[in-house]
Amino acid sequence: MNSEMAVCANALSKFYQDKKALDSLSFEIEMGSLFGFIGPDGAGKTSLFRILNSLLIPDGGTASILGFDTVKDYKQIRRIIGYMPGRFSLYQDLTVEENLKFFAGIFKTTIKENYHLIEDIYRHIEPFKNRKAGKLSGGMKQKLALSCALIHKPEVLILDEPTTGVDAVSRGEFWEMLQKLKTQNITILVSTPYMDEASLCDEVALMQEGKIMQRATPERIIEAFNETLWSVQSDKMFELLSHLSSFPEIRLVYRSGDHICFIPRKQSVEEKNLLAYLENLGHQSVKLKQIKPTIEDSFIYQMQTQN
Amino acid sequence: MKPVIEVENLVKKFGNFVANDSLTFSVFPGEIFGFLGANGAGKTTTIKILCGLSAPTSGKVSVAGYDVYRHSELIKKNIGYMSQKFSLYEDLSITENFQFYGGIYGLSRNEIRERTKALLNRLDFLKAQNEVLRNIPQGWKQKLAFSVAVMHQPKVVFLDEPTGGVDPITRRQFWELIYEQAHNGTTIFVTTHYMDEAEYCGRVSIMVDGKIEALDSPEKLKNQFAVNSMNDVFVKLARAAK
Repeated sequence: MNSEMAVCANALSKFYQDKKALDSLSFEIEMGSLFGFIGPDGAGKTSLFRILNSLLIPDGGTASILGFDTVKDYKQIRRIIGYMPGRFSLYQDLTVEENLKFFAGIFKTTIKENYHLIEDIYRHIEPFKNRKAGKLSGGMKQKLALSCALIHKPEVLILDEPTTGVDAVSRGEFWEMLQKLKTQNITILVSTPYMDEASLCDEVALMQEGKIMQRATPERIIEAFNETLWSVQSDKMFELLSHLSSFPEIRLVYRSGDHICFIPRKQSVEEKNLLAYLENLGHQSVKLKQIKPTIEDSFIYQMQTQN
Repeated sequence: MKPVIEVENLVKKFGNFVANDSLTFSVFPGEIFGFLGANGAGKTTTIKILCGLSAPTSGKVSVAGYDVYRHSELIKKNIGYMSQKFSLYEDLSITENFQFYGGIYGLSRNEIRERTKALLNRLDFLKAQNEVLRNIPQGWKQKLAFSVAVMHQPKVVFLDEPTGGVDPITRRQFWELIYEQAHNGTTIFVTTHYMDEAEYCGRVSIMVDGKIEALDSPEKLKNQFAVNSMNDVFVKLARAAK
């Protein structure tokens, strides 16, 4: 067991009847890291988090947090972690302040003692401290949940899809808060299905079907995307997708907002041929250009080519 | 072209609180219209009014050719609705969900049989048609929920945050279904918190504190606010909220 590591997992497996949720997962996460688990619904993110926070017992393998085993030492684990589940799980009929007091009380501390830790977040909702938690907006609920997860000064924070259903402004603020918490030397594990959030982590693991497909810094994941990516637009955007997918030199096609992306079979594509092909099919004002890939492009490519 | 949704000076008040403050906009047949706004901006209030579930305080609103004050029942028959929170029956099979909703919308037995078959084919669900919903992946459920919402061939379909929590590939397949439906003439009215999805829309409106502060195509909005993404447009507008 490596004591320098915040989290260690060794061949973790979890089954639900015959369905494999986690498939012999092994990894280590350094202290003080903001680490993202990125993947679709059903990839195993929640099962993994529930094993790490001692709420679920693995069917195979072991895991530890700061050297404490998640099964044997579950009492210690629960003292040193903060957990924010995917579903809002605070007391809806208690006020904002009552919820926070309650969580502080459970951990034998007070709001005053650790106020500095939650100040930046709690400040936003403090004006509403007498409002019932059930009456808060999505963004405010999430700030309260984070405050409650932090009030006992945890060393490792586990956040399961904290930004689902939250608007773009609140999401931005939430990620700014996580960056600040990092400076307090708290290790943060966060899961999200949204690729734009992946780029805000120090390191990410792309998960699918209970396995980690790739683990690297966000920059490295984009660099490792060793293909060229093109963008196309025309006056017939609906037909364009199927027309492009029947062009022989193209390997993968997908829509991306107001344009369509494709990856050619070889490193490049004969622009002239493609333009002539599209013109023949009645497309006008065709715009074709090579573009820079994002983490999302890299993820799509890996998911499509590994299946 | 005559608009499918016509809203003129729509006001909705709850006591002294103005949830919708004099909204005016039109949506046209086959258009994909993104209705954006922060949590609490007033989007849900508007959608409830457009679906005939809540009456405006004042203003003119018509949907699918019907006036919301007088013909809210006819509006309900001519629209489809899908949201992430409420969708389908988990303990019914895929086919049973189609049958149930087909019945609710008053389709005949023949229509239900034919449309179920066509939709199962389109979704590639023929093999899984008798699976209970509890056992199928989230991404499938969303595609199914969308197909159920358009099964009675409504003029407009309302999608209220339809794509939370799915992977990028499934989301794209979902948007492909939306494009297909719009291409066949159905109007799509969609809300989302994910600004990359706003880029899929033909036009978007952005609501701040009950008012529509911007309405145009994503490209023109990006030019207007001199930024590179819809996320930046949204943040610029929504940060100014009270």
